[in-house]
Amino acid sequence: MPSMSSTIELKIKRRDRPEAPPRWEEFAIEYRPNMNVISCLMEIQKRPMTRSGARTAPVNFEASCLEEVCGSCTMLINGRPRQACSTLVDKTGTRLELAPLSKFPVVRDLVVDRSSLFERFRQVKAWVPIDGTYNLGPGPRLSPADQDFRYLLSRCMSCACCMEACPQVNDRSPFLGPATLNQVLLMITHPTGALNKEERLEAIMGPGGLGDCGDAQNCVRACPKEIPLTTSIAQLNREATSYAVRRWLKR
Amino acid sequence: MAKPVSIAVVGGGLAGLTAAIKIAEAGQHVQLFSIVPVKRSHSVCAQGGINAAVNTKGEGDSPWEHFDDSIYGGDFLADQPPVLRMCEAAPGYIYMFDRMGVPFTRTREGLIDFRRFGGTKHHRTAYAGATTGQQLLYALDEQVRRFEDDGKVTKQEGWELLSLVIDQNRICRGLTAIDLWSMEVDAFPADAVILATGGIGAIFGKSTNSIICTGSAQAAAYQQGAVYANGEFIQVHPTAIPGEDKHRLMSESVRGEGGRVWTYKNGKPWYFLEEKYPAYGNLVPRDIATREIFQVCLEGHGVDGKMMVYLDITHMDPQVLTRKLGGVLEIYEKFVGPDPRKVPMIVFPAVHYTMGGLWVGFDQMTNLPGLFAAGECDYSIHGANRLGANSLLSCLYGGETAAAHAVPFAQGHQKRAPEKSHPLFTAEALRQREINATIMRKRGPENLRALHEEMGQWMTEHVTVIRHNDKLRRTDEKLRELQERWDRIDLNDEGAFANQSLLYARQLDGMLKLARVITLGAIRRDESRGAHYKPEFASRDDAHWLRTTMATWTPEGPELSYEPVDTSLIPPRPRKYDVEKQTAFLL
Repeated sequence: MPSMSSTIELKIKRRDRPEAPPRWEEFAIEYRPNMNVISCLMEIQKRPMTRSGARTAPVNFEASCLEEVCGSCTMLINGRPRQACSTLVDKTGTRLELAPLSKFPVVRDLVVDRSSLFERFRQVKAWVPIDGTYNLGPGPRLSPADQDFRYLLSRCMSCACCMEACPQVNDRSPFLGPATLNQVLLMITHPTGALNKEERLEAIMGPGGLGDCGDAQNCVRACPKEIPLTTSIAQLNREATSYAVRRWLKR
Repeated sequence: MAKPVSIAVVGGGLAGLTAAIKIAEAGQHVQLFSIVPVKRSHSVCAQGGINAAVNTKGEGDSPWEHFDDSIYGGDFLADQPPVLRMCEAAPGYIYMFDRMGVPFTRTREGLIDFRRFGGTKHHRTAYAGATTGQQLLYALDEQVRRFEDDGKVTKQEGWELLSLVIDQNRICRGLTAIDLWSMEVDAFPADAVILATGGIGAIFGKSTNSIICTGSAQAAAYQQGAVYANGEFIQVHPTAIPGEDKHRLMSESVRGEGGRVWTYKNGKPWYFLEEKYPAYGNLVPRDIATREIFQVCLEGHGVDGKMMVYLDITHMDPQVLTRKLGGVLEIYEKFVGPDPRKVPMIVFPAVHYTMGGLWVGFDQMTNLPGLFAAGECDYSIHGANRLGANSLLSCLYGGETAAAHAVPFAQGHQKRAPEKSHPLFTAEALRQREINATIMRKRGPENLRALHEEMGQWMTEHVTVIRHNDKLRRTDEKLRELQERWDRIDLNDEGAFANQSLLYARQLDGMLKLARVITLGAIRRDESRGAHYKPEFASRDDAHWLRTTMATWTPEGPELSYEPVDTSLIPPRPRKYDVEKQTAFLL
């Protein structure tokens, strides 16, 4: 644990609206044990004043559950994409630099628009096509091992840390990114979701799909939920290759 | 075929998404409003599981037994018929989620596993590790995305409800909402409106709720004439970890899997719940566990003399713990530190859930025709105390029932909702814009977050576990003072874009209104029942208080009236957890 000074110094990249130019503002707040980045931002709300004593608006940020399951509060903390709720000052030290994610349009201050991620889920049809929600009896049986594996994947909270970390995800590339590919694997490892496995694989074999992964392996390191994203992509690659061979043989 | 009706669903948690799916499945159109992308709704925080009496463990469980446990656990304050229907529907919901692909934890045979929870002797709780709410929400989110893809659901994510649009016949015809980024205020006509806007934890400052659980939609409906019922019944969860920004829940499933609560007495571990409640032990209902923890801490037995006790799983197999409780243990490790598999966790009670909420009939409709409510924001099902793992279930039941009644209600309208350009809508949107403009001009001495913290401290101190009439009255005076000080806030933000302070100001105003409903309801109810405990009136008083509290807004404050409780299925009997419960006969 770094030694703690009694003041936390924050440097925050701000922007009043999407088209406004960014600026940096510095804040100093009193240190208390067990603070996370969210509680620092709440302190600023209580006394919205820069370090030099100038009046300013409270810093806008996205946050909800504060226990790392909702995925809201992703931001760049000292240059790394992380959840602000689970980033504890006692671990990072008392000098913090906060900036919005760089791969998504900034809305205001630390708030970005990540709706493109959910749009990608729609693109790959990340759902199990059930006949209806009526009472049709139990679903297919699953071994505990298969269920454990799917559970590991399904804990993805769409925080977008992996997309921020991935060098292949950027506004010049159609690459779907690790989170979306992981959804595809989640779907084809379910017995019902697998019924249209070929369609699902087809959708990620073209531009923006598996081929665009550069194997930098940043995603798996950035994932706060420790989802084996690179293993997911490797498994999808094997599935896609075997499908491509079968497709070729059928011609 | 008739043109589909369009129903507004406000809130994208488990109840809202259930309603949306059921309406879309019925071939109708849904406008789905949510302040966050629906996948980030507070339902993700539910950890331990969802109850359904599937009886896979040879224990003779049944929906009736589940019903009896729930009514008994709720200290007989719940209107009974919908609770029975919910318990009967529960196994079907589990199978539906199973078919949607929820990774429920499995037995070796590949069946869904069930574990124990508080207030029952049966293994009745299905779970997906210890992030069940997250997994159920994701399954519904996926299905809603499918309906969105088909054009049956239109999402309005990033919009917050400001008010309802109510016509001269007191019928709800739509709503007004604000785009949280562009700050544009707009009116949305709808043939019916379903509120599924969750809890109100923010009223207590720090709670286990997400910080988006402000109750602002309920507060708006209440101020427009919707009755708010049983507001004084607030659940304080026995096991949470205190934090600077919020309190974090340590699921009841930790005890369901064998975790033990203890503290030192005379230098030796004292398992006070097991000692005082031999029949249920660590799995007494939450209101009881919380009061006992308070009591031992007030007697000076808390860890290090503080208000804390141990929650201990160190005697259990670490691999089983990781598989069944991993999500919760991870939260403890990330936010507190020591590995709970090796060192007992240190926990304390925290505000967790509101049993009270908008009054609804058995069709989930409020007293305002056309306005429905479902999930935590409605008052039904849980009575004076909710049993663990019944909340996810009540979201499903409420959402499904609201949809089932909102559709025919909407189809039964003589005329469809008027167009957006109708004066009914333009006038309400204008009124909301004016309210915003007034707040934007505020440059007084008071700070919003400081006022919020002050309210939270008063409410937590005086209106939670142990309630005294004198302190409750002082709290109500404080709330009125805070309401006056709210008028003199400094909005601090001139920004015309994504102005979070403006919404925070409006939310705080709503919280103050609901805080008075909670506090005054508590003052009036001179008895102890479920989560509502007054030492001066320590027993349940069915003769006077087997009644539902009904709060109606007036400019001077809440006006309280009382309605009888529907106990048509199980006659009330004393509630005791030191001995085995005797199940009521099925009539």
